Amino acid sequence: MKLLNYTTKYFAGILFLLLTLWAVLFYFAMLDEIYDSMDDGLENQKILVIQRAAENPVVLAKNEFGDGYYTIKKVRARAAKNFKESYRDTLMYMQNEEDFEPVRLLETVFYQNGEYFKLKVITSMVEEDDLVEDLLFSLLWLYFGLIVTILILNNIVLKKIWNPFYKLIDQLKNFNIERSDKIAFEKTPIEEFHLLNKSIERLLQKSVDSYVGQKQFIENASHELQTPLAISINKLELLFEKTELEEEEITILASVLNNLERLTRFNKSLLLLSRIENQQFAVEEKILINEVIFHLKDEFKDLLQHKGMEIQVNVSQAIYIKMNRDLAVILFTNLLKNAIVHSDPNTNIEIEIGGNRVNISNLSSKKKLDKKHLFSRFYKLSDNKNSSGLGVAIAKAIADEYDFSISYNFDDRHQFIVEFYDDKS
Amino acid sequence: MKILIVEDEQEMLENMKQGLQQEKFLVETAADYHSALNKIGVYNYDCILLDITLPDENGLELLKYLKEKQLSDNVIIVSAKDSLDDKLTGLNLGADDYLPKPFHMAELTARVKAVLRRNNFDGNNFVQIANVKLDLENRDVFIQDKPVEFNRKEFDILSYFFSNKNRLVTKTALAERVWGDHIDQVDNFEFVYSQIKNLRKKLKQYKSEVEIKSVYGIGYRLSEK
Repeated sequence: MKLLNYTTKYFAGILFLLLTLWAVLFYFAMLDEIYDSMDDGLENQKILVIQRAAENPVVLAKNEFGDGYYTIKKVRARAAKNFKESYRDTLMYMQNEEDFEPVRLLETVFYQNGEYFKLKVITSMVEEDDLVEDLLFSLLWLYFGLIVTILILNNIVLKKIWNPFYKLIDQLKNFNIERSDKIAFEKTPIEEFHLLNKSIERLLQKSVDSYVGQKQFIENASHELQTPLAISINKLELLFEKTELEEEEITILASVLNNLERLTRFNKSLLLLSRIENQQFAVEEKILINEVIFHLKDEFKDLLQHKGMEIQVNVSQAIYIKMNRDLAVILFTNLLKNAIVHSDPNTNIEIEIGGNRVNISNLSSKKKLDKKHLFSRFYKLSDNKNSSGLGVAIAKAIADEYDFSISYNFDDRHQFIVEFYDDKS
Repeated sequence: MKILIVEDEQEMLENMKQGLQQEKFLVETAADYHSALNKIGVYNYDCILLDITLPDENGLELLKYLKEKQLSDNVIIVSAKDSLDDKLTGLNLGADDYLPKPFHMAELTARVKAVLRRNNFDGNNFVQIANVKLDLENRDVFIQDKPVEFNRKEFDILSYFFSNKNRLVTKTALAERVWGDHIDQVDNFEFVYSQIKNLRKKLKQYKSEVEIKSVYGIGYRLSEK
């Protein structure tokens, strides 16, 4: 749920409770005020009637309401002594409404010329059900009016206020440290947002710095290893040529050389990975992928023959991609070599070129590969110690660099699929 | 043939010197830019092996100097940086080749010889050992002047051996020569081994006077019988 709607939801709930409470209180306060003023009016009329009765005894004979607003009845002294003046609500038939309607009634007794009289004075009063109904409707209107106002305010004012925040979120969503993206921080007078911007800027800068530093470190470390490796390998090579060696010495030295060479290959792969990630293959040209693949097919001819294998290429599209030529070759060399190495002897490799994708598939008795780890570094497809475990990772790094997708699929055949989105053919 | 090695890493320098001396090259060395400059001023070299990360100056400056003075010395850049920029700048400045560290001794001699051949024997691209002749231009092999069919990788391997006559060529050096870097090495050694087997068979079958011998199980050596 969006922040704006979230606050609105709470506002609506709180307003509802608040308005209801207020309405109840208001209703009773108003009713109380109305009764108060009606009762005052009744008392005033009582005094007027009593005064009139004193002047004109005919009034004492009015014992029906009829067209008047009072009745007077004679009562016995004993009853009058116990009588207490009272205000109450009662119903009375109203001609205009043709129904019984509530009226306010004052009952009292007064004494005149040695006799006691009971006086009833009425006044028409508020119809409570109507009042409640009116009040409820007004309240509902008020409530909806308020909600609509809040919504409008939220959407105009709050949206404007939160704008820098949403922009920031949007940028963070698409931020990719590997692409060395930049975040444009919007100027804002709001202190919290300013603080947020500052904090994120600092955090990102730190991450970018350490990311770059780490990449640089790997590259530098790999570079620094080259010379000592070269010296050691060359020394051993010279030693093998120069000296007559015992069988046992040969075994040891051969093992040392072998391991140094493994280290060298590994180091080179690592260096290549950093160089791909550090975008050091900047020169791009329009490359016909089909051509690269046919060239590699030719390049691997002898090895294929050696394993009794063949490559079948089905072309339904000429795929042109703008990229670095070396990387294009490295990408497909790795995938193709991978397919050859892991194929059973005397099987075929099939390459489909079409639909903006290249699908390289091979047959192998090996089970389905682990999709999750396949493209991560140092995941070894085989137990062979001559495999660096970086071949597929290098292919992946190149694919990432150009936003190609590279995926693995298995249905009897192991398939590696490179999909190009950037079709400029 | 006179070769100058410009390299600040002393042990590296010593290795390269020894390796090239075994090929009967006359080798001189310089450990920094200025002593290299002095030597270039005095002598002509057939080939200069140039490390570009020198303590006092970028090695590429030496290339610029050679170009300015219109000296025709062949230059192979040797670098631990293996950066594309350096390679391109170097080649644009007139370097003949670019050899990234680490390299095999066999690779070094092959590269040096290729550069010397390319620039000194204009188009005459034959190499001969005993009764075996390679046409490097057309990739043909003649044994006793009769053409013999070799597949492409076999030719690559054989010509590599020819550049390293009587020298140890390790299996890894061969595999890398044949396949290049950045590629899974699985299967490569096995493949190289089978190619060597075929080579031997053909060399014997056509009565060549060269042979490829195993060296301690780590590599091979081609020599005259």
